[in-house]
Amino acid sequence: MQELINRLKELLADGTVVRVIGWKKGDMPYNPEPAYFEKAEDFDNFVYDGFCGANLSKMMIEAAKLEGKTAVCLKPCDTYSFNQLIREHRVNRENTYIIGVGCRGKLDIEKARKAGIKGIKSVSGVDIEGDGDVTFDTIYGEKKMAYSDLMLDRCHVCKGKDHVIFDEVIGESKDTGDKDRFEDVIKIEKMTPEERFAFFKSELSKCIRCNACRNVCPACSCRKCVFDNTKFDSQQKANVDSFEEKMFHIIRAFHVAGRCTDCGECSRVCPEGIPLHLFNRKFIKDIDEFYGEFQAGKDPEAQSPLTDFTFDDLEPKDAVGRGE
Amino acid sequence: MPMNEENKEFRPLIVAFCCNWCSYAGADLAGSSRLSYPADVKIIRVPCSGRVNPMFILRAFERGADGVIICGCHPGDCHYSTGNYYARRRMALLFSMLEYMGIENGRTRVEWCSAAEGAKFSKTMNEFCEKVKSLGQNVRLGDLRCKN
Repeated sequence: MQELINRLKELLADGTVVRVIGWKKGDMPYNPEPAYFEKAEDFDNFVYDGFCGANLSKMMIEAAKLEGKTAVCLKPCDTYSFNQLIREHRVNRENTYIIGVGCRGKLDIEKARKAGIKGIKSVSGVDIEGDGDVTFDTIYGEKKMAYSDLMLDRCHVCKGKDHVIFDEVIGESKDTGDKDRFEDVIKIEKMTPEERFAFFKSELSKCIRCNACRNVCPACSCRKCVFDNTKFDSQQKANVDSFEEKMFHIIRAFHVAGRCTDCGECSRVCPEGIPLHLFNRKFIKDIDEFYGEFQAGKDPEAQSPLTDFTFDDLEPKDAVGRGE
Repeated sequence: MPMNEENKEFRPLIVAFCCNWCSYAGADLAGSSRLSYPADVKIIRVPCSGRVNPMFILRAFERGADGVIICGCHPGDCHYSTGNYYARRRMALLFSMLEYMGIENGRTRVEWCSAAEGAKFSKTMNEFCEKVKSLGQNVRLGDLRCKN
Protein backbone atom coordinates (compact mmCIF):
# COMPACT_ATOMS: atom_id res chain seq x y z
CA MET A 1 0.00 0.00 0.00
CA GLN A 2 2.89 2.35 0.79
CA GLU A 3 4.26 1.93 -2.72
CA LEU A 4 0.87 2.90 -4.13
CA ILE A 5 0.59 5.97 -1.87
CA ASN A 6 4.10 7.13 -2.75
CA ARG A 7 3.41 6.79 -6.46
CA LEU A 8 0.10 8.65 -6.16
CA LYS A 9 1.74 11.47 -4.24
CA GLU A 10 4.41 11.62 -6.93
CA LEU A 11 1.80 11.88 -9.68
CA LEU A 12 0.08 14.71 -7.81
CA ALA A 13 3.36 16.50 -7.14
CA ASP A 14 4.62 16.45 -10.73
CA GLY A 15 1.24 17.63 -12.03
CA THR A 16 0.42 14.54 -14.11
CA VAL A 17 -2.90 14.42 -12.32
CA VAL A 18 -4.77 16.94 -10.19
CA ARG A 19 -6.83 14.49 -8.19
CA VAL A 20 -6.94 10.84 -7.27
CA ILE A 21 -9.93 8.63 -6.71
CA GLY A 22 -9.21 5.94 -4.16
CA TRP A 23 -10.49 4.71 -0.83
CA LYS A 24 -10.32 6.40 2.55
CA LYS A 25 -10.71 4.93 6.01
CA GLY A 26 -14.31 4.48 7.03
CA ASP A 27 -15.72 4.69 10.52
CA MET A 28 -15.14 0.95 10.93
CA PRO A 29 -12.02 -1.00 10.00
CA TYR A 30 -13.99 -2.98 7.45
CA ASN A 31 -15.83 -0.29 5.52
CA PRO A 32 -13.47 1.99 3.63
CA GLU A 33 -15.27 4.39 1.33
CA PRO A 34 -14.48 5.83 -2.10
CA ALA A 35 -12.96 9.31 -1.88
CA TYR A 36 -11.19 12.08 -3.77
CA PHE A 37 -7.61 12.98 -2.80
CA GLU A 38 -6.26 16.33 -3.95
CA LYS A 39 -3.40 17.15 -1.57
CA ALA A 40 -0.49 15.15 -0.20
CA GLU A 41 -1.80 15.38 3.36
CA ASP A 42 -5.16 13.85 2.31
CA PHE A 43 -3.28 10.59 1.92
CA ASP A 44 -3.09 10.13 5.70
CA ASN A 45 -6.56 8.67 5.35
CA PHE A 46 -5.84 6.68 2.20
CA VAL A 47 -6.40 2.97 2.51
CA TYR A 48 -6.25 0.05 0.13
CA ASP A 49 -6.86 -3.33 1.67
CA GLY A 50 -9.02 -6.41 1.30
CA PHE A 51 -12.20 -4.52 2.15
CA CYS A 52 -11.85 -2.03 -0.72
CA GLY A 53 -14.38 -3.85 -2.86
CA ALA A 54 -15.98 -0.76 -4.40
CA ASN A 55 -15.69 -0.45 -8.16
CA LEU A 56 -14.49 3.11 -8.79
CA SER A 57 -14.90 3.12 -12.56
CA LYS A 58 -18.36 4.67 -12.44
CA MET A 59 -17.02 7.67 -10.49
CA MET A 60 -14.93 8.53 -13.53
CA ILE A 61 -18.02 9.54 -15.51
CA GLU A 62 -18.27 12.73 -13.47
CA ALA A 63 -14.58 13.02 -12.54
CA ALA A 64 -13.43 12.96 -16.16
CA LYS A 65 -15.56 16.03 -16.87
CA LEU A 66 -13.59 18.07 -14.32
CA GLU A 67 -10.65 20.28 -15.16
CA GLY A 68 -7.38 18.37 -15.32
CA LYS A 69 -6.52 14.71 -15.24
CA THR A 70 -7.86 12.31 -12.63
CA ALA A 71 -6.05 9.20 -11.48
CA VAL A 72 -8.27 6.29 -10.57
CA CYS A 73 -7.35 3.05 -8.81
CA LEU A 74 -8.89 0.10 -10.58
CA LYS A 75 -8.71 -3.57 -9.71
CA PRO A 76 -8.48 -6.07 -12.58
CA CYS A 77 -12.25 -6.69 -12.70
CA ASP A 78 -13.00 -2.95 -12.49
CA THR A 79 -11.08 -2.34 -15.68
CA TYR A 80 -13.73 -4.33 -17.58
CA SER A 81 -16.35 -1.87 -16.37
CA PHE A 82 -14.14 1.03 -17.39
CA ASN A 83 -13.69 -0.43 -20.86
CA GLN A 84 -17.42 -0.82 -21.17
CA LEU A 85 -17.90 2.84 -20.22
CA ILE A 86 -15.44 3.82 -22.94
CA ARG A 87 -17.40 1.65 -25.36
CA GLU A 88 -20.53 3.61 -24.49
CA HIS A 89 -18.74 6.97 -24.71
CA ARG A 90 -19.52 7.73 -21.09
CA VAL A 91 -16.00 8.53 -19.90
CA ASN A 92 -13.23 10.63 -21.31
CA ARG A 93 -10.16 8.43 -21.56
CA GLU A 94 -7.86 11.43 -22.20
CA ASN A 95 -8.75 12.86 -18.81
CA THR A 96 -8.10 9.63 -16.96
CA TYR A 97 -4.95 8.10 -15.58
CA ILE A 98 -5.63 4.48 -14.69
CA ILE A 99 -3.60 2.91 -11.91
CA GLY A 100 -4.09 -0.83 -12.00
CA VAL A 101 -3.95 -1.96 -8.40
CA GLY A 102 -3.17 -5.48 -7.29
CA CYS A 103 -5.91 -7.66 -5.89
CA ARG A 104 -6.00 -11.00 -4.14
CA GLY A 105 -9.76 -11.14 -3.69
CA LYS A 106 -11.98 -8.75 -1.79
CA LEU A 107 -13.63 -9.47 1.52
CA ASP A 108 -17.22 -9.51 2.66
CA ILE A 109 -17.80 -8.55 6.28
CA GLU A 110 -21.19 -10.27 6.16
CA LYS A 111 -19.38 -13.60 5.90
CA ALA A 112 -17.61 -12.90 9.18
CA ARG A 113 -20.90 -11.89 10.78
CA LYS A 114 -22.48 -15.10 9.56
CA ALA A 115 -19.62 -17.02 11.14
CA GLY A 116 -20.56 -15.39 14.42
CA ILE A 117 -17.80 -12.78 14.65
CA LYS A 118 -19.24 -9.74 16.38
CA GLY A 119 -17.97 -6.66 18.18
CA ILE A 120 -15.00 -6.15 15.87
CA LYS A 121 -12.44 -3.65 17.16
CA SER A 122 -9.76 -4.09 14.54
CA VAL A 123 -8.81 -6.40 11.70
CA SER A 124 -5.39 -7.55 10.60
CA GLY A 125 -4.15 -9.73 7.79
CA VAL A 126 -6.23 -7.96 5.15
CA ASP A 127 -3.27 -6.10 3.65
CA ILE A 128 -2.98 -6.27 -0.08
CA GLU A 129 0.51 -7.75 -0.05
CA GLY A 130 -0.09 -10.26 2.71
CA ASP A 131 -0.83 -13.90 2.51
CA GLY A 132 -2.55 -15.83 5.25
CA ASP A 133 -5.50 -15.75 7.58
CA VAL A 134 -7.52 -12.75 8.65
CA THR A 135 -7.47 -12.01 12.37
CA PHE A 136 -10.30 -10.13 14.02
CA ASP A 137 -9.69 -8.45 17.35
CA THR A 138 -13.15 -8.41 18.90
CA ILE A 139 -14.51 -7.47 22.29
CA TYR A 140 -14.92 -11.21 22.87
CA GLY A 141 -11.28 -11.97 22.07
CA GLU A 142 -9.33 -12.85 18.97
CA LYS A 143 -11.00 -14.67 16.07
CA LYS A 144 -9.38 -16.09 12.95
CA MET A 145 -10.82 -16.83 9.54
CA ALA A 146 -9.24 -18.06 6.30
CA TYR A 147 -8.92 -15.31 3.67
CA SER A 148 -10.76 -17.30 1.01
CA ASP A 149 -13.68 -18.08 3.34
CA LEU A 150 -14.19 -14.35 3.81
CA MET A 151 -14.05 -13.48 0.13
CA LEU A 152 -17.02 -11.96 -1.70
CA ASP A 153 -18.91 -14.45 -3.84
CA ARG A 154 -17.88 -12.59 -6.95
CA CYS A 155 -14.20 -13.21 -6.17
CA HIS A 156 -14.76 -16.96 -6.25
CA VAL A 157 -15.61 -16.53 -9.94
CA CYS A 158 -12.70 -14.14 -10.60
CA LYS A 159 -12.28 -12.82 -14.15
CA GLY A 160 -8.52 -13.10 -13.95
CA LYS A 161 -5.53 -11.21 -12.67
CA ASP A 162 -4.91 -9.09 -15.75
CA HIS A 163 -5.96 -5.48 -16.10
CA VAL A 164 -7.54 -5.00 -19.53
CA ILE A 165 -6.86 -1.26 -19.57
CA PHE A 166 -4.30 0.71 -17.53
CA ASP A 167 -1.59 3.34 -17.61
CA GLU A 168 0.47 1.60 -14.99
CA VAL A 169 0.09 -1.35 -12.68
CA ILE A 170 1.19 -1.31 -9.05
CA GLY A 171 1.19 -4.52 -7.06
CA GLU A 172 0.61 -8.16 -7.78
CA SER A 173 -2.78 -9.70 -8.51
CA LYS A 174 -4.00 -13.20 -8.02
CA ASP A 175 -6.68 -15.17 -9.86
CA THR A 176 -8.91 -16.20 -6.97
CA GLY A 177 -11.48 -18.07 -9.05
CA ASP A 178 -12.28 -21.50 -7.68
CA LYS A 179 -15.92 -21.93 -8.69
CA ASP A 180 -17.85 -22.23 -11.92
CA ARG A 181 -19.38 -18.89 -12.80
CA PHE A 182 -22.73 -20.37 -13.78
CA GLU A 183 -22.98 -22.91 -10.98
CA ASP A 184 -25.73 -21.04 -9.12
CA VAL A 185 -27.65 -20.26 -12.31
CA ILE A 186 -27.61 -23.92 -13.35
CA LYS A 187 -28.76 -24.93 -9.90
CA ILE A 188 -31.82 -22.69 -10.23
CA GLU A 189 -32.49 -23.81 -13.79
CA LYS A 190 -32.72 -27.38 -12.55
CA MET A 191 -35.49 -26.56 -10.06
CA THR A 192 -39.15 -26.98 -10.98
CA PRO A 193 -40.97 -23.81 -12.11
CA GLU A 194 -42.81 -23.70 -8.77
CA GLU A 195 -39.56 -23.84 -6.82
CA ARG A 196 -37.97 -21.21 -9.04
CA PHE A 197 -40.90 -18.89 -8.61
CA ALA A 198 -40.95 -19.42 -4.85
CA PHE A 199 -37.22 -18.74 -4.70
CA PHE A 200 -37.37 -15.47 -6.64
CA LYS A 201 -40.50 -14.35 -4.88
CA SER A 202 -38.92 -14.81 -1.49
CA GLU A 203 -35.72 -13.07 -2.57
CA LEU A 204 -37.36 -10.15 -4.37
CA SER A 205 -39.91 -9.43 -1.68
CA LYS A 206 -36.98 -8.43 0.54
CA CYS A 207 -36.23 -5.49 -1.77
CA ILE A 208 -36.75 -2.11 -0.13
CA ARG A 209 -36.16 -0.19 -3.41
CA CYS A 210 -33.24 1.73 -1.94
CA ASN A 211 -31.83 1.93 -5.49
CA ALA A 212 -28.35 1.02 -4.26
CA CYS A 213 -27.94 -1.62 -6.97
CA ARG A 214 -28.84 0.88 -9.64
CA ASN A 215 -26.66 3.64 -8.26
CA VAL A 216 -23.58 1.48 -7.93
CA CYS A 217 -23.92 -0.32 -11.25
CA PRO A 218 -21.32 0.88 -13.77
CA ALA A 219 -23.61 -0.22 -16.62
CA CYS A 220 -26.48 1.91 -15.22
CA SER A 221 -25.01 5.19 -16.32
CA CYS A 222 -27.98 6.89 -18.00
CA ARG A 223 -28.33 10.52 -17.05
CA LYS A 224 -32.07 10.09 -16.93
CA CYS A 225 -33.15 6.73 -15.62
CA VAL A 226 -36.49 5.10 -16.42
CA PHE A 227 -36.97 4.58 -12.71
CA ASP A 228 -36.75 8.28 -11.88
CA ASN A 229 -39.98 10.21 -11.79
CA THR A 230 -40.69 13.88 -12.35
CA LYS A 231 -40.68 14.89 -8.68
CA PHE A 232 -37.82 16.60 -6.90
CA ASP A 233 -35.11 15.38 -4.54
CA SER A 234 -35.51 12.06 -2.81
CA GLN A 235 -39.07 11.80 -4.04
CA GLN A 236 -37.63 11.42 -7.50
CA LYS A 237 -36.39 8.00 -6.49
CA ALA A 238 -39.77 6.80 -5.25
CA ASN A 239 -41.43 4.30 -7.52
CA VAL A 240 -43.90 5.77 -9.97
CA ASP A 241 -46.37 2.92 -9.83
CA SER A 242 -46.78 -0.63 -8.65
CA PHE A 243 -45.53 -1.93 -11.98
CA GLU A 244 -42.06 -0.58 -11.38
CA GLU A 245 -42.14 -1.91 -7.89
CA LYS A 246 -42.73 -5.45 -9.06
CA MET A 247 -40.67 -5.57 -12.19
CA PHE A 248 -37.75 -3.37 -11.14
CA HIS A 249 -35.16 -6.12 -11.06
CA ILE A 250 -36.19 -7.82 -14.31
CA ILE A 251 -36.21 -4.50 -16.13
CA ARG A 252 -32.90 -3.42 -14.68
CA ALA A 253 -31.31 -6.73 -15.57
CA PHE A 254 -32.66 -6.43 -19.10
CA HIS A 255 -31.36 -2.89 -19.47
CA VAL A 256 -27.84 -4.00 -18.64
CA ALA A 257 -28.04 -7.29 -20.55
CA GLY A 258 -25.16 -7.53 -22.97
CA ARG A 259 -23.39 -4.65 -21.21
CA CYS A 260 -23.06 -6.10 -17.72
CA THR A 261 -19.48 -7.13 -17.06
CA ASP A 262 -20.58 -9.25 -14.09
CA CYS A 263 -18.64 -7.11 -11.62
CA GLY A 264 -20.98 -8.21 -8.83
CA GLU A 265 -21.38 -4.76 -7.28
CA CYS A 266 -25.20 -5.06 -7.19
CA SER A 267 -25.09 -8.06 -4.87
CA ARG A 268 -22.30 -6.55 -2.79
CA VAL A 269 -24.18 -3.34 -1.98
CA CYS A 270 -27.65 -4.82 -1.49
CA PRO A 271 -28.56 -4.15 2.15
CA GLU A 272 -31.00 -7.04 2.07
CA GLY A 273 -28.51 -9.48 0.60
CA ILE A 274 -30.56 -10.28 -2.52
CA PRO A 275 -28.40 -12.27 -4.97
CA LEU A 276 -29.04 -9.82 -7.82
CA HIS A 277 -26.14 -11.13 -9.87
CA LEU A 278 -28.25 -14.23 -10.57
CA PHE A 279 -30.32 -12.20 -13.04
CA ASN A 280 -27.36 -10.71 -14.82
CA ARG A 281 -25.55 -14.00 -14.94
CA LYS A 282 -28.57 -15.72 -16.44
CA PHE A 283 -28.52 -13.19 -19.29
CA ILE A 284 -24.78 -13.67 -19.72
CA LYS A 285 -25.23 -17.42 -19.80
CA ASP A 286 -28.02 -17.17 -22.36
CA ILE A 287 -26.06 -14.77 -24.53
CA ASP A 288 -23.06 -17.10 -24.43
CA GLU A 289 -25.24 -20.06 -25.39
CA PHE A 290 -27.36 -18.36 -28.05
CA TYR A 291 -24.99 -15.92 -29.71
CA GLY A 292 -21.50 -17.08 -28.81
CA GLU A 293 -19.26 -16.27 -25.86
CA PHE A 294 -19.21 -12.61 -25.00
CA GLN A 295 -17.51 -10.79 -22.14
CA ALA A 296 -18.62 -7.19 -21.92
CA GLY A 297 -15.74 -4.78 -21.41
CA LYS A 298 -13.04 -7.10 -22.67
CA ASP A 299 -12.77 -5.35 -25.98
CA PRO A 300 -13.92 -1.69 -26.18
CA GLU A 301 -14.63 -2.10 -29.91
CA ALA A 302 -16.82 -5.21 -29.66
CA GLN A 303 -20.49 -4.98 -30.64
CA SER A 304 -22.91 -5.75 -27.82
CA PRO A 305 -24.97 -8.87 -28.65
CA LEU A 306 -28.28 -7.05 -28.22
CA THR A 307 -27.39 -4.37 -30.76
CA ASP A 308 -26.33 -6.98 -33.25
CA PHE A 309 -27.97 -9.90 -35.07
CA THR A 310 -27.36 -12.68 -37.52
CA PHE A 311 -29.81 -13.98 -40.11
CA ASP A 312 -30.15 -17.38 -38.49
CA ASP A 313 -30.48 -16.47 -34.82
CA LEU A 314 -32.27 -18.72 -32.41
CA GLU A 315 -36.08 -18.41 -32.49
CA PRO A 316 -37.65 -17.25 -29.21
CA LYS A 317 -39.72 -20.41 -29.01
CA ASP A 318 -36.53 -22.47 -28.92
CA ALA A 319 -35.09 -20.31 -26.17
CA VAL A 320 -37.58 -21.62 -23.63
CA GLY A 321 -38.20 -25.14 -22.43
CA ARG A 322 -34.65 -26.27 -23.11
CA GLY A 323 -34.47 -28.08 -19.81
CA GLU A 324 -37.57 -30.18 -20.49
CA MET B 1 -79.40 -15.33 -8.79
CA PRO B 2 -77.33 -18.34 -9.87
CA MET B 3 -74.59 -17.42 -12.24
CA ASN B 4 -75.01 -18.56 -15.79
CA GLU B 5 -72.91 -21.65 -16.54
CA GLU B 6 -71.49 -19.95 -19.59
CA ASN B 7 -70.21 -16.97 -17.62
CA LYS B 8 -68.27 -19.16 -15.24
CA GLU B 9 -65.95 -20.28 -17.99
CA PHE B 10 -62.50 -18.73 -17.78
CA ARG B 11 -61.84 -16.26 -20.59
CA PRO B 12 -58.17 -15.35 -20.85
CA LEU B 13 -57.06 -11.84 -21.66
CA ILE B 14 -54.54 -11.97 -24.44
CA VAL B 15 -52.55 -9.03 -25.74
CA ALA B 16 -51.23 -9.30 -29.28
CA PHE B 17 -48.59 -6.84 -30.46
CA CYS B 18 -48.97 -6.80 -34.23
CA CYS B 19 -46.64 -5.21 -36.70
CA ASN B 20 -48.42 -2.61 -38.81
CA TRP B 21 -46.94 -3.91 -42.06
CA CYS B 22 -47.68 -7.62 -41.85
CA SER B 23 -49.53 -9.21 -38.96
CA TYR B 24 -51.93 -6.32 -38.53
CA ALA B 25 -52.80 -6.62 -42.19
CA GLY B 26 -52.84 -10.38 -41.68
CA ALA B 27 -55.48 -9.91 -38.98
CA ASP B 28 -57.41 -7.76 -41.44
CA LEU B 29 -57.21 -10.49 -44.04
CA ALA B 30 -58.35 -13.07 -41.51
CA GLY B 31 -61.35 -10.86 -40.88
CA SER B 32 -62.20 -10.24 -44.51
CA SER B 33 -61.74 -13.95 -45.27
CA ARG B 34 -64.24 -14.70 -42.49
CA LEU B 35 -61.73 -16.76 -40.53
CA SER B 36 -62.55 -16.56 -36.87
CA TYR B 37 -60.20 -16.06 -33.97
CA PRO B 38 -61.13 -15.65 -30.32
CA ALA B 39 -62.41 -12.31 -29.11
CA ASP B 40 -60.09 -12.64 -26.10
CA VAL B 41 -57.24 -11.45 -28.27
CA LYS B 42 -56.73 -7.71 -27.96
CA ILE B 43 -54.59 -6.38 -30.76
CA ILE B 44 -52.19 -3.49 -30.26
CA ARG B 45 -50.75 -2.10 -33.45
CA VAL B 46 -47.05 -1.32 -33.37
CA PRO B 47 -44.95 0.06 -36.25
CA CYS B 48 -42.59 -2.90 -36.10
CA SER B 49 -41.98 -5.89 -33.87
CA GLY B 50 -38.71 -4.15 -33.01
CA ARG B 51 -40.81 -1.44 -31.35
CA VAL B 52 -41.95 -3.87 -28.69
CA ASN B 53 -40.06 -2.94 -25.58
CA PRO B 54 -39.72 -5.88 -23.16
CA MET B 55 -41.30 -3.53 -20.64
CA PHE B 56 -44.53 -3.52 -22.73
CA ILE B 57 -44.80 -7.24 -22.21
CA LEU B 58 -44.12 -7.07 -18.49
CA ARG B 59 -46.57 -4.22 -18.13
CA ALA B 60 -49.26 -6.13 -19.98
CA PHE B 61 -48.79 -9.03 -17.60
CA GLU B 62 -48.81 -6.79 -14.56
CA ARG B 63 -52.05 -5.18 -15.73
CA GLY B 64 -53.75 -8.52 -15.87
CA ALA B 65 -52.96 -10.07 -19.25
CA ASP B 66 -52.86 -13.86 -19.19
CA GLY B 67 -50.82 -14.19 -22.35
CA VAL B 68 -48.81 -11.96 -24.66
CA ILE B 69 -48.06 -12.71 -28.29
CA ILE B 70 -45.86 -10.70 -30.58
CA CYS B 71 -46.47 -10.95 -34.31
CA GLY B 72 -44.00 -9.58 -36.79
CA CYS B 73 -42.83 -9.94 -40.35
CA HIS B 74 -40.91 -13.02 -41.33
CA PRO B 75 -37.19 -12.55 -40.76
CA GLY B 76 -35.83 -10.87 -43.85
CA ASP B 77 -39.15 -9.19 -44.73
CA CYS B 78 -39.05 -6.34 -42.23
CA HIS B 79 -40.39 -3.06 -43.58
CA TYR B 80 -37.48 -1.33 -41.85
CA SER B 81 -35.02 -4.00 -43.02
CA THR B 82 -33.78 -5.29 -39.67
CA GLY B 83 -36.28 -4.48 -36.88
CA ASN B 84 -37.49 -8.02 -36.38
CA TYR B 85 -33.95 -9.39 -36.07
CA TYR B 86 -33.38 -7.23 -33.01
CA ALA B 87 -36.81 -8.17 -31.66
CA ARG B 88 -35.92 -11.84 -32.08
CA ARG B 89 -32.85 -11.53 -29.88
CA ARG B 90 -34.62 -9.48 -27.25
CA MET B 91 -37.59 -11.79 -26.99
CA ALA B 92 -35.43 -14.90 -26.85
CA LEU B 93 -33.61 -13.46 -23.84
CA LEU B 94 -36.73 -12.12 -22.16
CA PHE B 95 -38.67 -15.36 -22.52
CA SER B 96 -35.74 -17.34 -21.25
CA MET B 97 -35.54 -15.02 -18.23
CA LEU B 98 -39.26 -15.33 -17.52
CA GLU B 99 -38.95 -19.08 -17.64
CA TYR B 100 -35.97 -18.85 -15.27
CA MET B 101 -38.12 -16.94 -12.82
CA GLY B 102 -40.72 -19.65 -12.87
CA ILE B 103 -43.32 -18.11 -15.18
CA GLU B 104 -45.12 -20.72 -17.30
CA ASN B 105 -43.54 -20.51 -20.74
CA GLY B 106 -46.81 -20.98 -22.66
CA ARG B 107 -47.86 -17.45 -21.82
CA THR B 108 -45.48 -15.79 -24.21
CA ARG B 109 -45.01 -16.39 -27.89
CA VAL B 110 -43.50 -14.83 -30.97
CA GLU B 111 -44.96 -15.66 -34.34
CA TRP B 112 -43.86 -14.45 -37.76
CA CYS B 113 -46.95 -13.83 -39.85
CA SER B 114 -47.16 -11.95 -43.15
CA ALA B 115 -50.00 -9.84 -44.55
CA ALA B 116 -50.98 -12.72 -46.85
CA GLU B 117 -51.22 -15.24 -44.03
CA GLY B 118 -54.71 -14.54 -42.68
CA ALA B 119 -55.27 -18.25 -42.17
CA LYS B 120 -52.05 -18.60 -40.21
CA PHE B 121 -52.98 -15.62 -38.06
CA SER B 122 -56.34 -17.09 -37.16
CA LYS B 123 -54.83 -20.54 -36.53
CA THR B 124 -52.06 -19.11 -34.32
CA MET B 125 -54.48 -17.08 -32.25
CA ASN B 126 -56.80 -20.05 -31.75
CA GLU B 127 -53.91 -22.23 -30.69
CA PHE B 128 -52.40 -19.64 -28.37
CA CYS B 129 -55.75 -18.89 -26.80
CA GLU B 130 -56.33 -22.58 -26.06
CA LYS B 131 -52.87 -22.85 -24.54
CA VAL B 132 -53.34 -19.86 -22.26
CA LYS B 133 -56.79 -21.09 -21.31
CA SER B 134 -55.28 -24.38 -20.21
CA LEU B 135 -52.72 -22.52 -18.08
CA GLY B 136 -55.44 -20.55 -16.36
CA GLN B 137 -55.23 -17.13 -14.85
CA ASN B 138 -51.88 -15.41 -14.68
CA VAL B 139 -51.08 -15.12 -10.99
CA ARG B 140 -47.31 -15.22 -10.82
CA LEU B 141 -46.31 -12.18 -12.82
CA GLY B 142 -49.02 -10.08 -11.26
CA ASP B 143 -47.76 -10.76 -7.77
CA LEU B 144 -44.01 -11.02 -7.94
CA ARG B 145 -43.31 -8.98 -4.86
CA CYS B 146 -46.35 -10.00 -2.79
CA LYS B 147 -47.58 -6.43 -2.79
CA ASN B 148 -51.16 -7.21 -3.75
